[in-house]
Amino acid sequence: MSTSSSLKTTPLTQIHKELGGKLVPFAGWQMPIQFQGVMQEHQCVRDGVGIFDVSHMGEIEIQGPSARDLIQKLMTNDIDSMQDNQALYTLMCLEQGGVVDDLLVHRFSEDHYFLCVNAANTEKDFAWILKNAGSCDATIRNTSSETAQFAVQGKDSEALLQKLCETSLNEIKYYHFKKAKIHNFESIIARTGYTGEDGFEIYIDAGHAETVFRAILSAGKDFNLQPIGLGARDTLRMEMGYALYGNEINEESRPLEAGLGWVIKLGKQDFIGKAELEKQKHAGNSRKLVGIRLLGRGVLRPHYRILKNGAPVGELTSGTFSPSLNTGIGLCYVSSECAEPGTKLEVEIRQTSVPAEVVKPPFLPTRIKKN
Amino acid sequence: MEVPKDLLFTLEHEWIRVEGKNAVIGISQFAQEQLGDIVFVELPEVGSQIEKESPFGVVESVKTVSDLYAPASGKVTKVNKDLETNPEIVNSGPYDAGWIVEIELSDEKDLESLLDPDAYTEQCQKETE
Repeated sequence: MSTSSSLKTTPLTQIHKELGGKLVPFAGWQMPIQFQGVMQEHQCVRDGVGIFDVSHMGEIEIQGPSARDLIQKLMTNDIDSMQDNQALYTLMCLEQGGVVDDLLVHRFSEDHYFLCVNAANTEKDFAWILKNAGSCDATIRNTSSETAQFAVQGKDSEALLQKLCETSLNEIKYYHFKKAKIHNFESIIARTGYTGEDGFEIYIDAGHAETVFRAILSAGKDFNLQPIGLGARDTLRMEMGYALYGNEINEESRPLEAGLGWVIKLGKQDFIGKAELEKQKHAGNSRKLVGIRLLGRGVLRPHYRILKNGAPVGELTSGTFSPSLNTGIGLCYVSSECAEPGTKLEVEIRQTSVPAEVVKPPFLPTRIKKN
Repeated sequence: MEVPKDLLFTLEHEWIRVEGKNAVIGISQFAQEQLGDIVFVELPEVGSQIEKESPFGVVESVKTVSDLYAPASGKVTKVNKDLETNPEIVNSGPYDAGWIVEIELSDEKDLESLLDPDAYTEQCQKETE
């Protein structure tokens, strides 16, 4: 196995090696895919608490008198609905309605925001934002290389992090954040995540990342905290049916078909892609993104064909093994007449048709604290 | 890495243990470590014929699909039914409880080209370098 020197490393690579992490290339980064094993790490997050290094994610800061108007023009969700210290999930679309990226907007104040974007899209997003900003009165900075990000996820995440914070974390509601010290270092602590569990995402200066990560690991001993790799990150998000950029959505996809209409606010002022998305909404969806669950045991993989009575109706965009359900699960765009939950379909696995059914995601109930 | 002395190995990390006219086949400790958590094993039918160096089944971990290559040709006499419900025993006991199939050897000459434990250990070292 070789590790290419062109891969970017996070400030935590050394710790991952110490912890026995198996490092692999991912989106141009050298990232841990697993530590103890995907199944055990998955269960650790579902049962208690786990910590993920997600420093590969990009951060873009936008500040100035025109910041709000610029973000409002770029995003499909309604930025005017946000209050200070709130986070919002949104899409950033092309004029033709395809998705540039899906991301989180965080509002510090009316003229100051930061975006958390997908690792593989950071440069593209930054260029897209600059291009559309033109000469508007806002400073736009790609702060990704100076920012580290960890996710601490699971029901014990609040109790664990509280040991290292003076700020009462209980006051940070779902999809809100706070600037606060953790282990005496300034950070942004957001109650967000990609697992379906209660949890936090922490943004911190890259120079302090290692110290704080070690402090969390140490404080986590009482909670059986484990480091979690990207393998379990994927099985956890799959059980929730969360879209992954590059799999479910890309520049060619139609986000209304992906069930993302809830973050496309056609009632708001003009935004990039609005005219096309209105047209698509009016025309209705011929396809719909649904969950697929194998009825017997097996594993699903991206690009497996989905059949109905032997005739192809779609192809999986994501697929994996669900440790919680003990069988294969996936996501697939199917024609609307096959989209009803409970519809019996087949998955073609190595030339054999295996029985499966349509499920409305999430595949298991989320345990996010919404209030 | 300790490799049992009574086995022969393929370059694809299957092992075979000859017991008279029959032989038991599985995957090595090295293979199960590389694959990670095994969650599904596709087994051949009892009575079917498997051919040396051809795929006869599949092991799937959460992240990967991997074909199983036959170390020798033969007729399948038994499959490890426990793998249908507990495929993780391939991880915990690749050389014993996690065996995969038993075959009746077609030709003992098939064994000549396989790696002995020392040669196999060397091969694994090469692959980790």
